[in-house]
Amino acid sequence: MNTYQCIVCGFVYDEAVGMPDEGIAAGTRWADIPADWECPDCGVSKADFEMVQV
Amino acid sequence: MQPIVIIGAGMAGFTVAREVRKLDKDIPLVIMTSDAGGFYSKPMLSNAFAQNKQAAQLVTQSAEQMAAQLNASIMASTHVQSVDTATKSIVTDGAPITYDKLVLAVGAQPIRLAIEGDGADQVQSVNHVSDYARFRDLVALPKHGTSARVTILGAGLIGCEFADDLRGAGHAVTLVDPSPLPLAALAAPALSRGLQSALVARGIVMHLATTARRIDRQGENLQVTLANGVTFETDIVLSAVGLRADLSIAKQAGLSTARGILVDASGQTSATDVYAVGDCAEYTVDAGGGTRILPYIAPLMTAARAIARTLTGTPTTIDLKDTPVIVKTPSYPIALVPPPQAAQAGGAWQEVETDGRTICRFHDATGIMVGFCVAPQDAAIRSTLMAALGSPAAAPAAMDAAG
Repeated sequence: MNTYQCIVCGFVYDEAVGMPDEGIAAGTRWADIPADWECPDCGVSKADFEMVQV
Repeated sequence: MQPIVIIGAGMAGFTVAREVRKLDKDIPLVIMTSDAGGFYSKPMLSNAFAQNKQAAQLVTQSAEQMAAQLNASIMASTHVQSVDTATKSIVTDGAPITYDKLVLAVGAQPIRLAIEGDGADQVQSVNHVSDYARFRDLVALPKHGTSARVTILGAGLIGCEFADDLRGAGHAVTLVDPSPLPLAALAAPALSRGLQSALVARGIVMHLATTARRIDRQGENLQVTLANGVTFETDIVLSAVGLRADLSIAKQAGLSTARGILVDASGQTSATDVYAVGDCAEYTVDAGGGTRILPYIAPLMTAARAIARTLTGTPTTIDLKDTPVIVKTPSYPIALVPPPQAAQAGGAWQEVETDGRTICRFHDATGIMVGFCVAPQDAAIRSTLMAALGSPAAAPAAMDAAG
């Protein structure tokens, strides 16, 4: 399980936790998140996230 | 092979570099910057106080890390003295360099207000992580205790974000703006009023429809005198009245400029093989040659991607779709797409209150929805409203029933 961080606002997506509030189940791989998904905090696209080691 | 040279190591410069590297692993890349060359996110400068972030924590990668990650050479602490677009050469205070393609990502500089008084030179602005560090140190001076009195000039997007952020960190904030409402240049009046109520409810003092005329030193404090005659004491004055594109290199190099460095539909300036992106650029936004400054993240990302494709051999037009501007005011989170200037004549805002949320849609003279603003905002309502752009107005009653 990896974590990905929005380079614009610092929002972190943790694959292990997912985002149940947005309908993304815990354990959802980053690759399986739709391409049109947006950063919930700042609205930039999925492509503007970078994988980070936390 | 001469490199692609990027001048500027902010979000624009690094995004172009990142996007170039996604397309071409080997093409030589040089990033030139007057600062230390680390990566930080400028939008975070105006919401880092409440999270108690130190300036050093905002710099998520050092110049060395960025150079390794991007397989690029970063020339830090380097000031450009001149660019010759005919010989494709750059003179700096360090080594001179020649380029194959040049990208200007030099950003914008804070506008300085003409204010009288012997305290006017104390006015701060925060447009770089080093400014943030200095400002944070000032706010944290022991003499202010846990709550500094901070006066913010300008209640636009950045001013309101700073106000909410500083208030969230426990400081006493006063906002001053010449408009009768905050965020007046971007938001519908109903949203501006909602934001005003939320900020006032949070304990922020507002002086609207007036400006700061004088700032005088008074012992340890500053005294602000407004044009309407009101005076008050404050510890720190922060100016957030806006930015002006940095045109110094462009003008020296003889590039066409207006408010920003003018670029065509592919991001190229008036000189061949010279591009501009981000806060310094003035984009061509329609087939008629209309141009606009778009100092927001989404257009920067879109432009950087298209320019990276062009730089790596696939000529690409910048497709500037409408994207919402997000105002990071946690007391009243706003998303908006401002109606284009050209569509404003004859158009009107339509306001709907629903489920504790204010939604304003802007319809042009022909009844087409060309802008909106919403608060409190979230991803779902943003995408609903984005999808409605370009559609004719629905009857408000039907919209309520559907929504």
